[in-house]
Amino acid sequence: MKRAFPILSMLTAILLAYALYQALVVAPADAQQGDVYRIIYYHVPSAWTAFLLFFINFIASVQYLANRKASTQSAARWIVIAIGVIGVVLSFLPQVQEQLKSYGTRPSAMATTVILIPVLYFLIGKWFPGQRLDVLAVTSAEVGVVFCTIVLVTGPIWARPVWGIWWAPGDIRLTSTLVLWLIYVSYLLLRRFSNSAQTQMLAAALAVFGALDVPLVYFSIWFFRTQHPQPIIGGNSGGSIDPHMLDVLMISWTAFLCFAFLVCWSRFRLELLQREVEEAYALESLGVPEAQPSISLPLNRRAQ
Amino acid sequence: MNFWTVTFATLKKDIRLEWRSKDALNSMLFFSLLVVVIFSFSFDPLAEESRHIVGGLVWIAFLFAAVVALNQTWARELRNQVLDAYRVSPAPANALFLAKALGNFIFVSLLEALMAPLFVMFYNLRVLGPAWQLIPITLFGTWALVVNGTFFAAMSVRTRSRELMLPLLLFPISIPAVIAMVEGTTSILTSDDSAHFYIVLLLTYDVVFTTACLALFDTILHAE
Repeated sequence: MKRAFPILSMLTAILLAYALYQALVVAPADAQQGDVYRIIYYHVPSAWTAFLLFFINFIASVQYLANRKASTQSAARWIVIAIGVIGVVLSFLPQVQEQLKSYGTRPSAMATTVILIPVLYFLIGKWFPGQRLDVLAVTSAEVGVVFCTIVLVTGPIWARPVWGIWWAPGDIRLTSTLVLWLIYVSYLLLRRFSNSAQTQMLAAALAVFGALDVPLVYFSIWFFRTQHPQPIIGGNSGGSIDPHMLDVLMISWTAFLCFAFLVCWSRFRLELLQREVEEAYALESLGVPEAQPSISLPLNRRAQ
Repeated sequence: MNFWTVTFATLKKDIRLEWRSKDALNSMLFFSLLVVVIFSFSFDPLAEESRHIVGGLVWIAFLFAAVVALNQTWARELRNQVLDAYRVSPAPANALFLAKALGNFIFVSLLEALMAPLFVMFYNLRVLGPAWQLIPITLFGTWALVVNGTFFAAMSVRTRSRELMLPLLLFPISIPAVIAMVEGTTSILTSDDSAHFYIVLLLTYDVVFTTACLALFDTILHAE
């Protein structure tokens, strides 16, 4: 695994460079906006990556909370399966399909999104047992905040020449992204300021609160009109994107996903190492000479 | 031990404490008075546009003032390790939470009742829309602030910088409630729009977060 890291780093660097070249040179200029629009090749992939990471954080937090007791653990599993089944069935009901079409979303897109919930839940539970769930939650929140910051910075840069304003207050997409960013910044602050023993539970609870909050933010500004361009990928709301542009966007997203994965990976290892060092110090100060904390990394020897 | 017995015993104790000391209520009152006065210097309160901003102003004043009371909710229990005693007692955790939330609700409502005439005086307010709708907005809005505030105060009391942490946690989560309260109040004051949507939104917010708080409070109280 460790040897894969430099290889993946190089691949990501090449992919990012290729995506930049594609975005700046190969992709055709927009019919109305000219070259300004090219920032979407950074803006949109960052947004998707950030939302994915926040989603992972939410799932890891819920699972961390549910794993406290055997009863809640199995209940959470059944609820997640139920969400997956009900969501997929719902998205193919004729009435719901009509509704979805009026919003410009394909039923298959919704079904894929919904099926991701149980799939991610079980994969994360399998790959990240015990304390690693919490480490995953920190990692995804931190990297997610970075990508969300990129979204919030590139957005106004694009909006100024196109809309004439930096920020559209009350806009549904802008506001919900901003609130999401604020919630996760407060999440990171909570993690920084609380004592290590209680942090995990408090942070997991806050993540659940944040996830409950986002749909409410979305509804609370439902009545305001939106200035943000409507999604034209995966939807059929009239407009369509040049297939060439879509290719470039997908390349860009792949590069960003690789980059995010890389950053998450190293952050994850760093956090694990930090915890092991802390554990080793704690055991040492307790005067347990033969205690062997679960060694998985070479740094442990020095700490002991 | 009965759930409601514990709830009302704790609530009675909190109200008696507050009645004798008046710590939270006095500081909240003075704080919101200061907000009213400072804002009245920052812009002309008699202008017709003030009708459009006063909804936001009232709720910002109450939000900041509520934080003062919420911070004392659990800090009070830290002295003599009362919170630890709660933790080891067989009393249901949610009874404690509900009592604290109800207590805060009473204090903040009292503050709003006392401050509302002052706002009317200072900003020369006349309600153009259906005034009775302000009652559900106030009740649901106060509960929305207080239920999450009590929960996050219990969280922030466990962190290193206690008083600082509460607004940092509470404000981002409260944004939809604040939007609903402000927009609802403004639409009633100006009678431009119907406030029904915002009342329903506040009710939804209350139901969602009261459930979440009751479901997770036990975890927060016993987090070690």
